[in-house]
Amino acid sequence: MGKGRLVIETKNKKIETLDSALDVSNNIPTKRKKNSLKKKLWRDRYLLLLILPGILYFLIYRYIPMAGILLAFKDYSPFRGFADSPWVGLKYFKLIFEDAEVIQVIWNTLQISMLQIFFAFPISIVLALMLNEIRNQVYKKFLQSIVYLPHFLSWVVVVGITVIFLRSEGLINSVLVNFLEVNPIPFLTDPAMFKPIVILQVIWKESGWGTILFLAALSGVSPHLYEAAVIDGASRLRQMWHITLPALKSTIVILLILRLGNVMDSGFEQIFLMLNPFNMETGNVLDTYVYFKGIQQANFSFATAVGLFKGIIGLILVVLANRLAKKFGEDGLY
Amino acid sequence: MFKATGGERVMEILNNILLLLISVTMLFPFLYIFSVSFSSISDVLNSDFLLWPKEWVTDAYTYILGSDQFIRSLWVTVYITVVGTFVNLVFTSTMAYSLTRNIIGQRLILFLVLFTILFSAGMIPTYMIVKETGLLNSLWALIIPVAISPFNLIIMTQFFKGIPEELTEAAIIDGANDIQIFTKVILPLSKPALAAFGLFYAVGHWNSYFSGVLYLNDPAKWPIQVILRQIVIVNEPNAALGGHAAMVEALPPPETVQMAAILLATLPILIVYPFLQKHFAKGVMLGSVKG
Repeated sequence: MGKGRLVIETKNKKIETLDSALDVSNNIPTKRKKNSLKKKLWRDRYLLLLILPGILYFLIYRYIPMAGILLAFKDYSPFRGFADSPWVGLKYFKLIFEDAEVIQVIWNTLQISMLQIFFAFPISIVLALMLNEIRNQVYKKFLQSIVYLPHFLSWVVVVGITVIFLRSEGLINSVLVNFLEVNPIPFLTDPAMFKPIVILQVIWKESGWGTILFLAALSGVSPHLYEAAVIDGASRLRQMWHITLPALKSTIVILLILRLGNVMDSGFEQIFLMLNPFNMETGNVLDTYVYFKGIQQANFSFATAVGLFKGIIGLILVVLANRLAKKFGEDGLY
Repeated sequence: MFKATGGERVMEILNNILLLLISVTMLFPFLYIFSVSFSSISDVLNSDFLLWPKEWVTDAYTYILGSDQFIRSLWVTVYITVVGTFVNLVFTSTMAYSLTRNIIGQRLILFLVLFTILFSAGMIPTYMIVKETGLLNSLWALIIPVAISPFNLIIMTQFFKGIPEELTEAAIIDGANDIQIFTKVILPLSKPALAAFGLFYAVGHWNSYFSGVLYLNDPAKWPIQVILRQIVIVNEPNAALGGHAAMVEALPPPETVQMAAILLATLPILIVYPFLQKHFAKGVMLGSVKG
């Protein structure tokens, strides 16, 4: 489009006369059908320039890897390269179900996720209800700023604190030994301790932050409802049951859907940092397993297959949970 | 307005006490770590302190800050945080803004973005593409592959939609093109929001640990969290600090070194926390509005 462009610049004002005039004529409907794609592209040329970095990012780092999933159906070796590695069909997916270790790893993943949903998730709700009962706004703000803080610490710091407190010469064990006169407990190496500790860490780090959406939902509840309930003689507990909790229902459902969709993710960095040779059998989860197999042992195809299996189950679960939410009359995610 | 019965008063008091206890469990580890990091070796060995050092000793801090490896990794993390956050903001804001206008293919692009929240290719294919694009063992590997968080992108799109359209229309009449509208009208209006997104991205960069392990082989390029893991979790403070131990006459006790390292690595987070707090409630609520 060889449009004549006349730009008059005076200090901070830019006036593009011809250009904008011609843009208006572009919108005349009779001319629109022909070349409409071309015209749209031309109309959006600056926007397209703006969106280009983002599009390239999603293409290269989010979608090309999805094509890389094909590795799972090939016998990939770095020496032969992607194209020359032979196709092996579902070989690696069959291996997943024949390998006792993978079954154990899947089981660990599900157990840790489920424990989180059963323990950590309700604690956020309870904590939000407790905070909601605080009348003094300054005190409430103060409490909130304390319980949100752990969310912003790195997992290295949280696991580091755990190690410092729980190791054999740590604070907890020295209290146990010196005051209660019992033998020190090997918290960090006992396989049976792994899951409870991981859940407690999640509760410590995230339950405060988890209240934020619930509190936001509660701030939308009209005070008139509570006033009316008081007039009707409802106690504080009844108010909570009949007003506060129903106000939280849709938030709870949406967050549960999100969490269920991520049931195959159980917190990679946290688990990875907590693992040691002694607790592998109860602590190894899908993500860490993929890392050990794929990156450390260079078993790329198998690790990709495990990762893909995980991703697909996750996707199916979100879709199902979303359907379920809609059946119960909630909005759902999409 | 509210008249509390006796039982309800008790409940309220219990609630307050319980919340106070919860706050203490959140803060106690910090107080403990703080006080050990400043305590002397004899006090640590005798457990002769709990929440306040008996005598103030700064050996652990001088020891850590004298380590080239520690200082280098701090600089690496500062670099990744500053450059990474800048890249995050540029990539996220340009894309988010374009998506608020009726750009060609808008719906398809939005769908593809949302889909990456629900499904990702997984670690191995992502590792491969990072390798293929030549980022392996470069600090860019910690920046480019996480240039846009799809969640933040969607939230930012919601935010830009809230800016009155009349402003854009006025700018169009003045003859501004879309890039000029974005840089001269939209961005200046979005400074507080950009600050909030920037803080969240920055905290993510500062705290990121695993991508350093996955993509960087050269210890000189390791970010602070990787070093911190070696100091505390692997329990090898002297090795992790680059073995300059030989140059120090009396080593400070490893416990105090570990706790000082934790505090030093967390300090920046604690400093920006008040600013974060100002923004996060707004940010999260924006995100909870479904679009």
